[in-house]
Amino acid sequence: MAVLSLVEVQDLLCERGGRRVFRNLSFAVATGQTLTLEGPNGAGKTSALRILSGLLPQTAGEVRVHMSAGYVVSDGEERGRLTGWVGHYDGVKGQLSVSENASFFAALYGARVAVQGVLDRVGLSRIADLPAQYLSAGQRKRLSLARLILSGRPLWLMDEPLSSLDAAGRRLTAELIGEHCDAGGIAIVATHETLGLDATRFFLGQA
Amino acid sequence: MSAFQALLYRDMKLAFRAGGGASLAMAFFGLVISLQPFGVGPDLMLLSRIAGGVLWVTAALAAMLSLDRLFQADYEDGSLDIIALSPLSLEWAATAKMLAHWLTTGLPLVLLSPLLGLLLNLPAPGYLPLIMSLMIGTPALSGIGAIGAALTLSIRRGGLILVLIVLPLISPTLIFGAGTVIDAIEGTGRGAFALLAAFSVAVVGLSPFAAAASVRLNLAN
Repeated sequence: MAVLSLVEVQDLLCERGGRRVFRNLSFAVATGQTLTLEGPNGAGKTSALRILSGLLPQTAGEVRVHMSAGYVVSDGEERGRLTGWVGHYDGVKGQLSVSENASFFAALYGARVAVQGVLDRVGLSRIADLPAQYLSAGQRKRLSLARLILSGRPLWLMDEPLSSLDAAGRRLTAELIGEHCDAGGIAIVATHETLGLDATRFFLGQA
Repeated sequence: MSAFQALLYRDMKLAFRAGGGASLAMAFFGLVISLQPFGVGPDLMLLSRIAGGVLWVTAALAAMLSLDRLFQADYEDGSLDIIALSPLSLEWAATAKMLAHWLTTGLPLVLLSPLLGLLLNLPAPGYLPLIMSLMIGTPALSGIGAIGAALTLSIRRGGLILVLIVLPLISPTLIFGAGTVIDAIEGTGRGAFALLAAFSVAVVGLSPFAAAASVRLNLAN
């Protein structure tokens, strides 16, 4: 894969609702690396991820994604096209079955891997026909992981991916992130817990 | 399957599943129209005179019923983030959602309308213009509705505000739509149908951009 060489954040300032969330946020993550964003509630972990994904415009500062092809992406919407997203809300439709949800994500993102195999990987293939409204919180999280794989995006942005997952689910998450980074991807993860893999830790909100 | 089709099919599927708005709109249309004679009285002459207008107003209100969830449901459960980050631009996503809304709400209303015309003693020359005008006019309801839905997507219980925004804007569609039916019945040629079509084309062409801009604005908050 290795389409990205570096994600660079420089002097990022974020204000929301007239309140400064963080300022002077700067870090860089190179291909193959995982960065964890840590910090107390309200430190701006989610805001930082939303800015990185291009969903939220920054108040000031710059986010630059260096592609291995040599050019630099700094536009928010273009950055969004490189982003695989796991947020607080999982985007799972309860009225659709697990496999219908997954097939929708696959078609929306133009996935090049088979849906069935990915559901197998995240441990949901036995309940593929179950309407998603009957899924537990942890199973919904697993479906989010399936979507992340299906997206095929090089930059993974994950907001508290471990919440409500069991021990096996946590191991699976760490494994998936590890494989993604080994293949040349980048993962930036907001979390309160240790991921169980080699990651650079970045602390937000000491200012 | 392209991303556009994927979103279109998903929204259509959701409209027909539990909590979707497709059958609700048809039931509302049918019920309100069948209640009219009880309120107005059994005067067939009177009913046939008001039939065109009543059918059009009721169809427009029925199309509003499921609009408030058009973007809001996806906003609340995080799907809108996923869609915004997908290869599909928000303009195309809004188009897919409008089209899904029309196919599951507008089109069934069009198909149901001749039957309900019968209940209101709509004169024979009015049926084809009724069907044609609803066919051409209801996409504008979905289009303007999508703009309203995108503007109010982050407001809880935004449905009422949505109606306040949308209803004044759809008055041209109502005037020209009902006018088309009345033109045909009374034999007056005032060109209502042409104006209806022109308004629809303009709305359908422009509303994806307006809706996408409002979604973008709401997501960036």
